[in-house]
Amino acid sequence: MASSKGASAISVAKTGEARLPRSFLLGGVLGPRLRRRSTPYLFLAPGYLVFAIFMLYPLAKAIQISFYHWELLPGRDSTFIGLSNYAAVLRDPISWVALRNTVLYAIGTVPTQIVLGLLVASLLDSITRLRVFFRTLYYLPVITSWVVVSILFKYLFSSDAGFANFMLHDVLHVLPGYVGWLQEVPTALFVIALLGVWKGTGWSMLIFLAALQSIPKETREAAEVDGAGPIKTYTRVILPILGPVILFVMVLLVIGSFNVFISVYLMTGGGPIHQTEVLLSYMYHQAFDFLDFGFGAALSNLLAILIVALSLLQIRFLRREVEL
Amino acid sequence: MIQAGFARHARKAVVYCLLLGGAILTTLPLLFMIATALKANVYIMETPPQFFPQHPTMQNFIDAWSLNNFGLFFGNSLIVAITTTVVSVSLSAMMAYAFARFAFPGKNLLFYSLLLTLMIPGLMLVIPQFLLAKNLDLLDSRQGLVFVYIATSLALNTYILRAFFEQLPRELEEAAEVDGGGHIVIFTRIVVPLSTPALATVAIFTFLYAWDEFPWAVTAINSDANKTLPMAIALFQTAHQTQWGLVFAASLIAIIPVIVVFIVFQRYFVRGLTTGAIKA
Repeated sequence: MASSKGASAISVAKTGEARLPRSFLLGGVLGPRLRRRSTPYLFLAPGYLVFAIFMLYPLAKAIQISFYHWELLPGRDSTFIGLSNYAAVLRDPISWVALRNTVLYAIGTVPTQIVLGLLVASLLDSITRLRVFFRTLYYLPVITSWVVVSILFKYLFSSDAGFANFMLHDVLHVLPGYVGWLQEVPTALFVIALLGVWKGTGWSMLIFLAALQSIPKETREAAEVDGAGPIKTYTRVILPILGPVILFVMVLLVIGSFNVFISVYLMTGGGPIHQTEVLLSYMYHQAFDFLDFGFGAALSNLLAILIVALSLLQIRFLRREVEL
Repeated sequence: MIQAGFARHARKAVVYCLLLGGAILTTLPLLFMIATALKANVYIMETPPQFFPQHPTMQNFIDAWSLNNFGLFFGNSLIVAITTTVVSVSLSAMMAYAFARFAFPGKNLLFYSLLLTLMIPGLMLVIPQFLLAKNLDLLDSRQGLVFVYIATSLALNTYILRAFFEQLPRELEEAAEVDGGGHIVIFTRIVVPLSTPALATVAIFTFLYAWDEFPWAVTAINSDANKTLPMAIALFQTAHQTQWGLVFAASLIAIIPVIVVFIVFQRYFVRGLTTGAIKA
């Protein structure tokens, strides 16, 4: 360690000499030690500058806007109104409808994606031939654009002779008549969640498959030698090893489910009469249809607090699991 | 012995059947989209709907491409996605190098401020970003899209690249230092070439994100000249409500490049996705 430190000190002196004209400012004026100290900041500066302007500044601005009655038109002053926007959000019954729908979406999609993803990954893990082929097929919905799949599901579940209605009524005779899937609140929420599961399962499958394949063969063989059947091996040996990965996937899926927006925005637009809004779609409508930026900012800040709190809670839980 | 072998084969067969059934269910909506795009418009709202078009035609693809400035939107998406990818990957590689190889005051603060934005919903910032872009005169421009896409993708890219850089053996870098290489030389000649797989991973992620991004585009862009594909497709659907074949042909034109990129670079994809997960 000591020798390498010495070597690097020499190299700095050397480069300082060799590149004197180009690094005059840093090497010459500041001296080699200061130059060495400034190096990491020079590597960080360009990226962090863009990040600070377009992410951190807006983040601070979002907090400021939420305390104002924000005027969009130039020449009109925005007025500080304290917590009134937050009060308005909490008093608005539609906010609670949006929260209910978002929570229902999370409950409907997160466990389903985990169970299906784990199931498919375990099946794929047990085969060798065609594994990559199947993995690709299962992953296709994940890489397909949200806009495209939202429009696709809108078509499949259209109220007239759409694919879903045709299959369920004309072919399988499960339904007495055609259903206006996206016109009724419960069925619309169901279709939105179904899209979420269909599009998301491939992602958790991929993570679980990689985790399963990193388990050494000996672990399973040892369990089988000890007389454990395949089911027992799975529940007593494999699942506990996967524990941290399952929790990791859960944290990201919960964050993702609270971010649901495009599918709602494009399939129902939050309607009928705001009854299928989720938090982000309602925020967006308030901000860009009704131009109430203060209300929108307050709503999205509350959502951010909710997500960060949920994530921290899950991460604490996750940490404890890892220690076991 | 024979019985055990038979049981194993039977179990294998069941596994393959289950996988095949699931794969059919998964791809069915996409196949339906392809089938619809291949039908002439007259046949689309037929009852009973036919899954396999009897007279497949490419007319929808030709119409989708030639009508409605589709080539322009495709070009816009390409420019925006490529610029975002090149700049974001370069800047985040530099940042990741600083985080992976230096100890400096404020390191944790800077790194955690990046991670913080990974947790909050991206759309939460749409209101202040809209105001910022308005003040900087970036609304309704491709530059406005690119700046926000770069800023959004930096955090995840830096996180993935830092993890990768930290695993690189230091010996080569130390040897280069002895030879008198400065950090810029070490970074460009040693770290970057050694990290091609990781750089490819984040490049693919960034490209797909910028290619598919919709909410910010629909908020910031107004004029036809600056629209990207996802926006164009969404508006296309509103404008051609009943011409589903046309809408899906346009959609397929937009998603085929993505699927090709995915299939070609699959192994990078898988590695990148699992970097954080398996270590966690």
